[in-house]
Amino acid sequence: MEINRLNIRTLSMLGECGAFGLALSEFAEQNKNVVALSADLCKTSGLDRFRSHFPDRFINTGIAEQNLIGVSAGLAAGGNIPFATTFSNFFSLRACEQIRHFLGYMQENVKLVGFASGFSMGLFGTTHYGLEDIAAIRAINNLTILSPADGLETYKCVIESALFKGPVYIRLSGSINMPIIYKEDYNFEIGKAITLKDGSDIAIISTGTMVFNSLKAAKILEEKGLSVKVINMHTLKPLDVTAVKECCSCKLIVTVEEHSVIGGLGSAVAEYKSKSKIFPPQLILGVKNKFEKAGNYAYMLDKYGLSHSKIAEQILQFIDNL
Amino acid sequence: MCNLEFKSLNARKNIVELIHTVGNNGAHVSPVLSIVEIVIVLFCDILKLKRKDFLTNNRNHFILSKGHGALAYYCAMYEAGIITKDELYSFDVDGGDYPGQPSKNLDKAIEYSSGTLGLGLSYACGLAMSKDAKAHNIYVLLGNGELNEGSVWESAMFAGFNKLNNITAIVDDNSMQADGYSNDILSFDIKKMWEACGWNVIECDGHDINDLKKAFDIKTSLPKVIIAKTIKGKGISFIEGRPEWHHNRITDEQYELAMNELYQQEIKNGN
Repeated sequence: MEINRLNIRTLSMLGECGAFGLALSEFAEQNKNVVALSADLCKTSGLDRFRSHFPDRFINTGIAEQNLIGVSAGLAAGGNIPFATTFSNFFSLRACEQIRHFLGYMQENVKLVGFASGFSMGLFGTTHYGLEDIAAIRAINNLTILSPADGLETYKCVIESALFKGPVYIRLSGSINMPIIYKEDYNFEIGKAITLKDGSDIAIISTGTMVFNSLKAAKILEEKGLSVKVINMHTLKPLDVTAVKECCSCKLIVTVEEHSVIGGLGSAVAEYKSKSKIFPPQLILGVKNKFEKAGNYAYMLDKYGLSHSKIAEQILQFIDNL
Repeated sequence: MCNLEFKSLNARKNIVELIHTVGNNGAHVSPVLSIVEIVIVLFCDILKLKRKDFLTNNRNHFILSKGHGALAYYCAMYEAGIITKDELYSFDVDGGDYPGQPSKNLDKAIEYSSGTLGLGLSYACGLAMSKDAKAHNIYVLLGNGELNEGSVWESAMFAGFNKLNNITAIVDDNSMQADGYSNDILSFDIKKMWEACGWNVIECDGHDINDLKKAFDIKTSLPKVIIAKTIKGKGISFIEGRPEWHHNRITDEQYELAMNELYQQEIKNGN
């Protein structure tokens, strides 16, 4: 696909699942070994197009996530490049041991695409929220974790992970009509964070949907006279420690993620910082240790302080109390 | 005594020798002895695998889903000339390539990591549909206790529904599991479960070489499961059917007794 303004808009309208399906169908044209798997969520995962174009390369395991991963691993051992999909929560928690066994321990070349991370399932409720997937999967050896910030980045994550040899977990978040972070083509490299905006007082490191909200929050902070740097940490593992090190010259590091404040991006940054000579204080924004009652997507983000205004507000409060 | 019976006896001698060698750490004993004939028939007759084959996918596959049967599996590969005596006798050494539960390493002829139960059949399903292996046969060995795992049935339904008839599952049905007798723990109609999932079920005596061979030879349009009736601890009288021998150590005295029994079997059967 040519990366132009029209296609970037299309990818954003499709949302991350749609962008994933489009990218995979495109890659599958060139590579006959690509297969896609779903656990009875073909349409939701953006695989409709793939299924109609490549019916022989689409496998539905039924509602059986554990088997989904084992079948994918066997396919990988037999020379295929399997992309398996389901809700991020059902991968990372229901089938966590299969991820450890087949992808971590046996290192089979499986790509897991966990969608609806965070709160995008809205009123489906708490069982469908993906809030602990980074924590669970980050602890497993040999896994690479990608977390794209918009439609175009999702497209790039899919292509790069298909070319990458080794197990990958792609964390999809947000819904259709996603805000656009990248208005034109850019260089995406697994493991290399992208500085979207430079600044010297505060460094905001964010991932997935929270990149856009962080950019907007940065604007509010700049209106108050603060200089704010914003980083898109699209690879959560391996963490780009050089990028984190550069943030350590700021007076405050803030991490923002649509995920539990335990075990995710915030923890990964703090783990690195604990070994650093210069370690500014860190504010970890994310899902606090409490299940709120379910609501729509925007409501949930606001409830957990992840709307752009709440992000800015919490940062200002934190500075006041320093 | 036919060649494969002789190889089975030899495997049992190596099993006892090696468990004695690992000393106080102990090892899985009776669930290893119950699968000896099954893995000997597979490796010395059915699979037709050579060491160099493991570096390609153009071959049959064997998945040991009940990983705690590893020692019998290594012994069968030794009898088939796939691994050397030195490799076999590196069983359970610290940092070794042939641990108590296999760890995938194609250079060492190990194609599947196991230990955690209920996962091997899903991997076999994927292999059976894969680009490289769909023209070959995939054999998966499970334990009857392992069938308690729900994940087994996710895979059994999947294989049955998709008619993956290049898969042969073998259930080592020794009627026991780690805590004792399945009838006291969790017992069900194994045959009906597989049939309900769309499999062709064949029952056989898991210690009878000819019966096993016949079962393997049957061609079916559905995936096939061989329910092999076995005795946990088969071959050594004081281990057979005794719950304490699931994982245990062998004392010097027990070692002498066991070896003596195996030599008696050899004499009795005319070798």
